[in-house]
Amino acid sequence: MVLPTLFGLLVLTFLFTHVFPSDPSAALAGDNATPAQIQEIRRQYGFDRPVYTQFLIYVRQIARGNLGTSIYTQRPVSEDIAHRLPATLELTFVALLIAAGIGIPLGVISGFAYNTWADYLLRVLSVGGLAIASFWLAIMFQLLFSMQLGWLPLRGRLDIGSALPPSLTGFYLLDSLFSGHFGIFWDALKHIVLPAITLAIAALATILRFTRSGVLETLQKDFVTYEIAAGYRRRAIVWKYVLRNSIISAVTQVGLLFSSMIAGAVAVEAIFDWPGIGSYAVGAILGSDYNAMMAVTLIVGVTYAFVNIAVDVLHALIDPRLLEHR
Amino acid sequence: MLVIRKLLQDYSALLGLVIIAFAVGVAILAPYLAPHPLDAFQSHLAVRLRPPSAEFPFGTDNLGRDVFSRVILGTRGSLEVAVLVVIPAMLLGVPLGLIGGYYEGWMAGFIMRITDVFLAVPQLVLALVLAQLMSPSLESAMIALALTYWPFFTRTVFSETRRLKTLLFVDALRCIGVSSWRIMFLHILPNTASPIIVRATVGMGFTILTAAVLGFLGMGATPPAPDWGLAISESRHYLPQAWWFATFPGLAILAVVLGFNLLGDGVRDVIDPRLRRSR
Repeated sequence: MVLPTLFGLLVLTFLFTHVFPSDPSAALAGDNATPAQIQEIRRQYGFDRPVYTQFLIYVRQIARGNLGTSIYTQRPVSEDIAHRLPATLELTFVALLIAAGIGIPLGVISGFAYNTWADYLLRVLSVGGLAIASFWLAIMFQLLFSMQLGWLPLRGRLDIGSALPPSLTGFYLLDSLFSGHFGIFWDALKHIVLPAITLAIAALATILRFTRSGVLETLQKDFVTYEIAAGYRRRAIVWKYVLRNSIISAVTQVGLLFSSMIAGAVAVEAIFDWPGIGSYAVGAILGSDYNAMMAVTLIVGVTYAFVNIAVDVLHALIDPRLLEHR
Repeated sequence: MLVIRKLLQDYSALLGLVIIAFAVGVAILAPYLAPHPLDAFQSHLAVRLRPPSAEFPFGTDNLGRDVFSRVILGTRGSLEVAVLVVIPAMLLGVPLGLIGGYYEGWMAGFIMRITDVFLAVPQLVLALVLAQLMSPSLESAMIALALTYWPFFTRTVFSETRRLKTLLFVDALRCIGVSSWRIMFLHILPNTASPIIVRATVGMGFTILTAAVLGFLGMGATPPAPDWGLAISESRHYLPQAWWFATFPGLAILAVVLGFNLLGDGVRDVIDPRLRRSR
């Protein structure tokens, strides 16, 4: 399943860079390139050769980890991405933690309080959470919490000029904590709150909805009736038996959530000046930085494919029945 | 008819329907409803960045244009984008899903692999790339959105077709010599109508959101068009003073998308009683 997708992604990005632009060498070289530079790119990428040869050259370059040079930063795209990836991962992880940490309990409450005011309120919130434009929400948060109240910083990962934590994982929160720089930790935490919450909203709404319907479906199962009849403690039934059966459908959504989170990160990072892949993608696309554009597309697609494998594994861990059937 | 009557009994679906109907009404009558219809293009620098008042209920923007009028005038564009993206995506995606689901063999496999590739990259990223390759404009944005939304229809129709083609009525049709195309388009397609309708309704809301992001990033509507995403983008330079300039276009997006989502959920519940139980 993964290999055809990877191949397809290579073909797609190849078409975008090599076939569609009228003069791909000029496009890859950027607007300010000299004729000599364009000629160099033409030779390097083999644009004077047949299309299938070009494709083989393209695949070989990527297999070597060479994603080309960014016109914008004048550095290898792979370096740029490696440099920026931790920022996006940190943001996405924190957002997922918030989304699952709040979404699952709220979904359980909503499911158990079926058709009460609490359920209605949570349903309105979850439908609203999926309808809100994340870039607008980001601006509203900035307006309220940064500009009006001054509680949280407006942009960036750390205050300007503040020292970076020693680089262990690339996650500022973990790095500063492990190295004992609590000041930096507090600063990084303050910076990540708004972007992470903005990014988490849509995922939270999705998780809430799937957990809720999972709970409602599980509650109708015979084993729950049995457990109630057998006098199991209510808390054990809820958190041990019902929850585990209910979050299966929510977990299978994580793949889709990942996709929507990357899309969300594009807008959210651009607004909070978060130095990650999302803002890099926006810069690359708006600046017609072809190599960077294609590398981002490729990497996002590949990551998505692997996230889906991880979801399948996770699915099997939560639901051992899947393994028995095989 | 039963479907419509049931839909009207579901409060949230009804609310969705009312919001959509209201938005469509506003879109059609926009030039008559807007107090300053000419503010789509004209600027009045003397009254720039005025806070909300009786004359300007939503305040004025950086060029002195009435935000209330521009929110009303922007409704049409948003709904147009939604329809002009989702309908072509549906016309492209549904037949591909039927073919991919009905036939076995290399072509069906090929179609579904392409679908997988498109679904592997977030629609927003792919749409941004495509729009940029076609040189940014509202038309490019719409083409890019349609070219990236069809796989969602293909996926939906694919799994429905896979399920339906094993049913007895399809075997019966085959036995009496009905051609494959006839079975697909006259007998299986009508049975996939409900998930397609749900997908299309939710897709319109989703498209409005994505189109707003494109507009916000300067890859969609161009000034002076009264586009909601574009307005929010322009408003950023005038914050925190002109909070109204950013707030109201965003609320308009929220309301319309909410309408489509509520309606989509309602339709799903009404036409699929199995899900209604667990709602």
